[in-house]
Amino acid sequence: MITKRIIPCLDVRDGRVVKGINFEGLKEVASPVDLAKYYSDNGADELVFYDITASSDGRKLFTDILCETAANVFIPLTVGGGINSTADFERVLNCGADKVSVNSGAIKNPDLVTEAAKLYGDQCVVLSVDIKRVDGVFRVFAKGGRENTGLEAIEWIKRCVGNGAGEVVVNSIDTDGVKQGFDLPMLKAVTEAVSVPVIASGGAGCIEDFITLFKTLPRVDAGLAASIFHFGEVKISDLKRAMWEEGIPARLTIVEDSAN
Amino acid sequence: MIAIVDYGVGNLFSLKSSFAAIGAEVFVTSSEQEIRDADKIVLPGVGAFEDAAKKLRECGLDKVIKEEVAEGKLLLGICLGMQLLFEKSYEYGEHEGLGLLKGVIRPISEVAPPELKIPHMGWNALQFTREHPLFRRTKEGDCVYFVHSYHAADCDESKVAFVEYGGDITAAAAKKNVMGCQFHPEKSANVGLDILRSFCELKEGDLC
Repeated sequence: MITKRIIPCLDVRDGRVVKGINFEGLKEVASPVDLAKYYSDNGADELVFYDITASSDGRKLFTDILCETAANVFIPLTVGGGINSTADFERVLNCGADKVSVNSGAIKNPDLVTEAAKLYGDQCVVLSVDIKRVDGVFRVFAKGGRENTGLEAIEWIKRCVGNGAGEVVVNSIDTDGVKQGFDLPMLKAVTEAVSVPVIASGGAGCIEDFITLFKTLPRVDAGLAASIFHFGEVKISDLKRAMWEEGIPARLTIVEDSAN
Repeated sequence: MIAIVDYGVGNLFSLKSSFAAIGAEVFVTSSEQEIRDADKIVLPGVGAFEDAAKKLRECGLDKVIKEEVAEGKLLLGICLGMQLLFEKSYEYGEHEGLGLLKGVIRPISEVAPPELKIPHMGWNALQFTREHPLFRRTKEGDCVYFVHSYHAADCDESKVAFVEYGGDITAAAAKKNVMGCQFHPEKSANVGLDILRSFCELKEGDLC
């Protein structure tokens, strides 16, 4: 049976890993390459590298770091942030990325998903959506969660999956950074709407939150988090063991706990 | 030296890096001579079968690979590269493969029930049908990383490993000096690197 994936997300700015609380007040954590290697050695199933750099110098630095990571870390890498064209896909795929996540780029240019899926295959195109409830409706937000696009989220996701997005990361702005658990109602709505893999993001605070996620919503394929992993509040090896004990399919690895 | 065949399908950065990480001497090439001079050949591949088979034929490397294999050179196909080793694929039509292994490539949807997602993407646990030196470091239940919508069927003769996804999905196949992994060893953490390590150590005499 295929296992449920646990995915640490590394937000990278100016060559360092950062994590925002509700997308604001960014805080520095560690070297992305070291952190990626640590996670890989300790049982992460996949890594997401999110480029939150605005400058072109920063972009070059990010690309270099991505290359260095992919040369040393042998688990799937998804790259997102600043992906606005198929040229951006090409840039990060050439550095060893396996999947590319589009967010604002797809909102600005909905053809991007179609074009990229045609060129690189559906499995390569990940749709990342920042969603927030506005007057009881799931709305798609852009620009790191600052701007309401007015798009209804479920329709938007269905449309992009129809265009070739092979996976969807659902990031709930309502639960992000709050550490009170994943946004189960929002995730349920998405899993009922599409048949591609769904990755839950936003809100994990402890091991129990992942257990609840996978038990309540068996159609969710993966759980993504950042700070709880970066700060060692949840160790992936402990999380995997807990999942296994609860009967949730998980990939167990022999842990050589060298860091922390 | 191990030659990774570059025939314009997919990115080979990770594959090359993974061999480098275990200290193997490896190079990426599309040169007929370099492939002939190599000790072992790795045939990678992502994307659609028809397109990959066509590209391989267009650069004439299908013949080179077949001839080298006939002379006993070790060949490892990975993902779509493994599928190409078989006789034909039914991915969008009917397309001829290299015919080095008996069997055909068919949609996973014929095996997996509709509630399971296609592609079969993620980590799945290997089960072995027999021992093979490629997996001398691998244990039953070790997880490896898959991304594919089609799989090798009617290949009992060469099947070495499978995973469960609604039904049995061929994970690895081998016959003499020809072997293939449906999964990505270069993305399967230490389990994957160990498989590549075992491939590097293989000698013709180890295989039957």
